[in-house]
Amino acid sequence: MRHFLEFEKPLAELEGKIEELRHLADGGDLNIADEVSRLETKVDRLLRQTYAKLSPWQKVQLARHPDRPHGGDYIAGLITEFTPLAGDRGFAEDRAIVGGLGRFRGRAVVVLAHEKGADTEARVRHNFGMAKPEGYRKAIRLMHLAARFGLPVVSFVDTAGAYPGIEAEERGQAEAIARAIEACLQLDVPLIATVIGEGGSGGAIAMAAGNSVLMLENAIYSVISPEGCASILWRSSGNAQDAAEALKLTAQDLLKLGVIDRIIAEPLGGAHRDKDAAVTATGDAIEAALKPLLALDGPALRKQRREKFLAMGTKGL
Amino acid sequence: MSWLTNFVLPKIRAVVTKKEVPENLWQKCPNCGQMLFRRDLEANLNVCANCGNHLRMDAEQRMALLFDEGRSTAIELPKAIADPLKFRDLKRYSDRLKEAQARVGGRDAMVVAHGTIGGLPAVLACFDFAFMGGSMGIAVGEALLAAARLAVLQEAALVVVPASGGARMQEGILSLMQMPRTTLAVEMVKEAGLPYIVLLTDPTTGGVSASFAMLGDITLAEPGAVIGFAGARVIEETIREKLPEGFQRAEYLLEHGMVDAVVPRKELKETLARIIRLLMSPAPATGLVLAAAGKGRAAAGGKTAP
Ligand SMILES: [Zn+2]
Repeated sequence: MRHFLEFEKPLAELEGKIEELRHLADGGDLNIADEVSRLETKVDRLLRQTYAKLSPWQKVQLARHPDRPHGGDYIAGLITEFTPLAGDRGFAEDRAIVGGLGRFRGRAVVVLAHEKGADTEARVRHNFGMAKPEGYRKAIRLMHLAARFGLPVVSFVDTAGAYPGIEAEERGQAEAIARAIEACLQLDVPLIATVIGEGGSGGAIAMAAGNSVLMLENAIYSVISPEGCASILWRSSGNAQDAAEALKLTAQDLLKLGVIDRIIAEPLGGAHRDKDAAVTATGDAIEAALKPLLALDGPALRKQRREKFLAMGTKGL
Repeated sequence: MSWLTNFVLPKIRAVVTKKEVPENLWQKCPNCGQMLFRRDLEANLNVCANCGNHLRMDAEQRMALLFDEGRSTAIELPKAIADPLKFRDLKRYSDRLKEAQARVGGRDAMVVAHGTIGGLPAVLACFDFAFMGGSMGIAVGEALLAAARLAVLQEAALVVVPASGGARMQEGILSLMQMPRTTLAVEMVKEAGLPYIVLLTDPTTGGVSASFAMLGDITLAEPGAVIGFAGARVIEETIREKLPEGFQRAEYLLEHGMVDAVVPRKELKETLARIIRLLMSPAPATGLVLAAAGKGRAAAGGKTAP
């Protein structure tokens, strides 16, 4: 079943009509074919209009769109010989973060990806992409593995945030995230992080303190969810749209702030309307980002990463 | 020191901002409700004489408590870009910031000073919870980086005392970026072989706990301090359960292996001094000490570790 966001509804209606007409046109009625092509032009125009000026709040919704490609889609589309590796060796396997070995365009890499899950069963299995300490500790373990064998790390970030729960706190959620950030910063292999959907706060930066940080056109990356921010600063989660504006969480703003390095263009209408195209474009961007980094040795990679993060926050919007 | 004062850290100044006498002579203990005479409370290091509750201390009180003879020199911190996002909720962030700064002479939520602890050089970076909940934005990140650089230059221990609700939301993603930036500050100190000690105080949560605050070589906590990643309310809303007694308190973290020790405020200075001496001055002070200790490492006139 396809999902449509509120602002996608007019599109959904037109597309529904086209479907119907196509059905009727099976007999080869020319008038209907004309009508279909007229409607298709209209859909295309509407898409361009809608997507030319999306509000931050609309981007928040797109970034969370249930049909949007998730971590697993990027792994399936970009990584060959994928070999999942499980567990933090201390407590458990956390499926909110999928990790493993594989080849990216021929080169062996370590992959880390949040996975939100595409259906109810998968969402529960992956805890909606919200990792517990063991998830971050697995990520740290795999980053160390990458460093040991000189493999670049490719991460895909898509999480509402680290899981807020009793067990997560008990086992040191804060410490696990802190150590994961530290592990990113100390890696002497390239780390390319791509925010593919939701870059939710500490749970995101734990896998995103990279040499190069890429972000999809309609992804978001923020210190707090707009709802959370609104309920604290506006004292009402009803002001989430205002918070989304104020937080400057879109890829376009983050590029201006120097927090991300490149925006990956999405297919017209968003990544969910053409998953393969979105995944391929992301692969091309990762390849381009990785290439110059492969020429650097360990200390140079660490230095580049350090300088990049130390320079942040010197310019505003 | 002159090249340091002129180049790296301009205008080091003594911090003896005399606090005005508060108007309230009495303060109620938020834990047991006892009315406490403020002068007694301060003499007792802001610990309730009735129930032992550790009330918050401000940065200046903290400096006075932890440095030798209570003496230290605060450094002037780098000016950070103010209100980078032009953030506005019910009120402009730039106005909130100005008000908060006006109350404390223009600084942000962190105070950095240097002096000695246990006779050894130390740099102390303290959060001021009263300044916008001790929240961490660019200014705090810059302050911690300055503290780390100073510790490296002075070959001093770095002691950080968080008291913070987490990231400063009004600086958006740039406040999140202080998590890797402060982690880099810690890295500088560790790479220089110097001790990095964290004293977790009430509260230490969110982006502060999930970065530099949990990366200490040694991690101490004050009794009863709330320490955790997610806020209790958020957790309750997510799991729809009552939280267990003592959840996210210092003692709970000790029980779960997340801190080295919970240290009552009265013992803090001595404990901190001892730890710094043990880490930075490992050689026996005199032969006599070794003999008295009985079986130290092979004393036979050999050199001891540096
Ligand atoms: Zn009391």
